[in-house]
Amino acid sequence: MEKSAVFNSKLLPYLLLVPQLIITFVFFYWPAIQAFWQSFLREDAFGLSSQFIGFENYQALFAQPEYYKAMLTTLVFSTLVALLSLSIALLFAAQADKNLKASDVYKTLMIWPYAVAPAVAGVLWFFLFHPSLGSLARPLRWMGFNWNPLLNANHAMILVVMAAVWKQISYNFLFFLAGLQSIPKSVIEAGAIDGAGPMRRFWTIVFPLLSPTTFFLLVVNVVYVFFDTFGIIDAVTGGGPAGATTTLVYKVYADGRLGGDLGSSAAQSVVLMAIVIALTAVQFRYVERKVQY
Amino acid sequence: MVEHRPWNDVIAYSILTFGIFIVAFPVYLALVASTHDAATVISGNMPLLPGGHILENYYRAIFVGGSRTSREPVGHLLLNSFISATGIAVGKIFISILSAYAVVYFRFPFRKTAFWIIFVTLMLPVEVRIYPTYKVVSDLHMLDTYAGLILPLIASATGTLLFRQFFMTVPDELLEASRIDGAGPFRFFWDTLLPLSVTTIAALFVIQFIYGWNQYLWPLLITTQDSMQTIVTGIKKMLTTTDELAEWQLAMATAVLAMLPPVAVVVFMQRLFVRGLVETEK
Repeated sequence: MEKSAVFNSKLLPYLLLVPQLIITFVFFYWPAIQAFWQSFLREDAFGLSSQFIGFENYQALFAQPEYYKAMLTTLVFSTLVALLSLSIALLFAAQADKNLKASDVYKTLMIWPYAVAPAVAGVLWFFLFHPSLGSLARPLRWMGFNWNPLLNANHAMILVVMAAVWKQISYNFLFFLAGLQSIPKSVIEAGAIDGAGPMRRFWTIVFPLLSPTTFFLLVVNVVYVFFDTFGIIDAVTGGGPAGATTTLVYKVYADGRLGGDLGSSAAQSVVLMAIVIALTAVQFRYVERKVQY
Repeated sequence: MVEHRPWNDVIAYSILTFGIFIVAFPVYLALVASTHDAATVISGNMPLLPGGHILENYYRAIFVGGSRTSREPVGHLLLNSFISATGIAVGKIFISILSAYAVVYFRFPFRKTAFWIIFVTLMLPVEVRIYPTYKVVSDLHMLDTYAGLILPLIASATGTLLFRQFFMTVPDELLEASRIDGAGPFRFFWDTLLPLSVTTIAALFVIQFIYGWNQYLWPLLITTQDSMQTIVTGIKKMLTTTDELAEWQLAMATAVLAMLPPVAVVVFMQRLFVRGLVETEK
């Protein structure tokens, strides 16, 4: 789509673009290129000299069992968070879509956690389930369950997943509700006339019609789990215990900062960039399809 | 409604009420914890009802800071958060409305190239390029400055895409009419386009303010002085003390203060928020 009426000016459009282009080059392209370049270098411990080592950083990275472990952790984490937050949000949105009297109030009460920072959400859930002072850890222990997310890898993962799901429900709820409300009532009424009950109508009519929204949310949720959950993980577990909640993004941070291994960190950044670009490509193919609807 | 069964509504109401309970409970408990004294919170037997130390806790959190940590009082961190969140929102709106105007209303060589250069930034959030970006910011002597907190985060394409999309829906006749009236690019932008964009600007502001406020990894990396931290990074530091006994009641008061501004924005500007959220994701 192009405008037919435009201004003719030689210099002005460039001047208008300059602020954004400068910011983009200085803080985006320049660091991205450096990450790429650095992934082929080895720096000495003081960062004084560096030498070109080809793909050694990548080889070292893919020889590391921890890297595969982080990949697996990311996979488990993102699958759990996406599945749980999507299905819970769909359940709530389907209820709010029924003609209830207070549906606006419910909507407001449901969406505000979007505004809570991931790191704050992590602190809240850590406090709830803190092994010695958490209000919900007490009943668990009382039931004879030895709950300790600080020591037990599975418990840590469960806690991080809960916090991440809690934070994401509001977003998915909002988009599911909008999707549900855009489904024509006549289609559902036609199903009712044919004798389909509420459950049957939902699974055979509403859910298939909702699939563009669901697919869009799936991609967004995976991206969310990849990047925005950093704050949750850092606040709740710090990647531990023993790396049980170290995702790929967390590992980039931890290896660069705590280990000081910038070459490996840069190689990890490059691998992550490739993953994100692939994800975005999937998303855009889908967006193009949506336009034709 | 297709059919009306009373029990159906009852189920819907109870599921939703349960959902709201789940959503609210962690925050409620943080509120409760922020009203008790340290001993009650740490005992592991904290009551589920508010206690009587609310004024004391919030006063200490905002104006004094923790006693075991030499951290900044939260009042100062709130100010840092306000400055950087507002800076990020305003900065993004400023650079992106200008670039979208250039891309939509002008024809010039490399127009498509410029658009793609900006567009690619959508794909790579700051999290994947943290250390190189850190190095650039440190080479520019922007560590521990507001510029360092703000500028790297406004390098993104979302705003440009949003304004471009909106400008495309503005009828061409408006531009033709103002040209007949003798308006140049500046007059048209200022008198016609900007007033029409007010809602889009407000929606983008709401979303970007929340985004900026909730940043964690970036402020964590580039602030070394406690006085330049934001409130979201400050909470975690309150809990990682060398002392075993972190001051949870103050940390929870801080968490409540950190949630308050963005949650208020979502609740009181809900329509703008929803609009911004839906449109930036298109």
